[in-house]
Amino acid sequence: MGTHNHHHNYNFSEQFQFAGIAKVLSLVAIVVGIAAIAMGLLSSDHIMVERTYANLLLMGYYFTCVCAAGAFFVALQMVTQSGWSAGLLRIPQAMASVLPIASILLLVIVGLGLTTHNLYHHWHADGLTDPNSPNYDALVAGKAAFLNVPGFLIRQILFMGSYSIFAFILAKLSYNEDLAGGLTSYKKSFKLSAIFLVIFGFTTPIWSFDTIMSLEAHWFSTMFGWYNFAAMWVSGLSAIAIILILVKKAGYMAWVNENHLHDLGKLMFGFSIFWAYVWFAQFMLIWYSNIPEETVYFYKRWEPEYKPWFWLSIIINFVAPLLLLVDRDAKRKNGMMLFVAILLLLGHWLDYYIMIMPGTVESHRGFGYIEICTAIGFVGLFTFLVMSKLSKHPLAAKHHPFLDESLHHQI
Amino acid sequence: MSNTKYILGSFADPDEMMHGIDKLQANNISIFDCFTPMPIHGIEAKLGVKPSRLPIAAFIFGALGTTLGFALLFYTMAYDWPMNIGGKPSLPLPNFVPVTFEVTILLCALGMVATFFYRNHLFPGRAPRVMDLRATDDRFIIAIDARENTDHALIDTLLKEAGAVEVKYNERKYVSYE
Repeated sequence: MGTHNHHHNYNFSEQFQFAGIAKVLSLVAIVVGIAAIAMGLLSSDHIMVERTYANLLLMGYYFTCVCAAGAFFVALQMVTQSGWSAGLLRIPQAMASVLPIASILLLVIVGLGLTTHNLYHHWHADGLTDPNSPNYDALVAGKAAFLNVPGFLIRQILFMGSYSIFAFILAKLSYNEDLAGGLTSYKKSFKLSAIFLVIFGFTTPIWSFDTIMSLEAHWFSTMFGWYNFAAMWVSGLSAIAIILILVKKAGYMAWVNENHLHDLGKLMFGFSIFWAYVWFAQFMLIWYSNIPEETVYFYKRWEPEYKPWFWLSIIINFVAPLLLLVDRDAKRKNGMMLFVAILLLLGHWLDYYIMIMPGTVESHRGFGYIEICTAIGFVGLFTFLVMSKLSKHPLAAKHHPFLDESLHHQI
Repeated sequence: MSNTKYILGSFADPDEMMHGIDKLQANNISIFDCFTPMPIHGIEAKLGVKPSRLPIAAFIFGALGTTLGFALLFYTMAYDWPMNIGGKPSLPLPNFVPVTFEVTILLCALGMVATFFYRNHLFPGRAPRVMDLRATDDRFIIAIDARENTDHALIDTLLKEAGAVEVKYNERKYVSYE
């Protein structure tokens, strides 16, 4: 029952113009990133090369995760038949459309890192699984049935390939809906989303075991998959919030208001707590049982060179959003939401840094031009690809069956 | 002087009721309250209803839960009879997190329910205070304090012009005691 379904003349066909300073800056960022990565890879110091690979893995994984979170967001809204988000779906759809490119990039990074022994050398080296070799490692040999090069690469291709296909089709169906109208696209999206969520839910933990946890192949944690999922989902939501706020600031998407931002803020707030919950569940069980094969992970991260960053990650990713977003008004303010979303993206960079570095460069940890410029390069690439995609289609799915509900969303 | 305490405009349509609110407000007639069978978007802003203070109560109860939960653990595990479990220190803070967290949630939830019940006079066995019974079924009610707004004829006209199907002059505030 519409109580005020009169007068709104939004132009749902308006398209984002990706030009000017935003485009120039994103291209400059890409060039800066490429230059830094080239310098790192061509360095004569093998530790520098390894550090570059570790940074490439960090940002490649982060980039893929954020795009996958875009696909997950779209699928979740479809399956729950959510109305509130219908007006802003084009942003996660643009992120989802970039997932195939992000996946290919990560696949190249992972493949090169594996073959050059710069990444995953804890389980991929000569003689690790050969009982007669002096390098024989009984633990790695015991895991070799799962953790071997062909299996690893096949899983990477299968997982990221399937996410990419679903992400691409989900976005495509919505773009088709703009032209054709009707409910065909929506119904198809609903079914595809349900299948996608099942596949995504069961495979992302295994994907993160492979991509990140196997960097320290002796250690294992069944919580690690959910911990990574939480990080992915929070950073994806933050990216959506940042794009939404900036696109609105540029004068587009007048139909999205503080009520929609409030809901995004609730999700960011809630899943930051979920992240802390999973992080703590993993930490406390290991701390309590105190078994050496499990504590090795935290032992490394409590070495002096990692410990301050280890605790800083908890403060940025849990304490900060808890205190800053708990208030209702905070979630409805562009400035505060933008600040927290950027803080969370930085926080999850640190989160991934703490996951990846102790298993790759170990005590040769550093924070210098290579960390900063690789991150800048990937942020530029993400901005360029997502904003280009966003500018190719109207900013609202005008035939989405719940668009009207989204316009009247009020909380 | 009549004994009328409240004038109730009863509408069959929420749009007409919203229209009625506009008309009354345009004539400087203060509205006591509105009663509707379902939530209506934008009505709080129109009536100037202040945001609920329930979240503040929730925060206080949550903080109380944190304090009590932690105090219980501290007293029983570390102070009164220090426990040695698995060689851990007798004040193992990480172990205390789950229980403290659960007690926080428990007290927060129970406290919110209790506050809500208290504030809305919803106690077991208590007759609910209702100004018009059909507001819980199919009618949208605007209630006007008849003592504060003395031009009853104008109110009647305005309500009927807006589409009220019935205007009641009640001498008692609540009908549900009857």
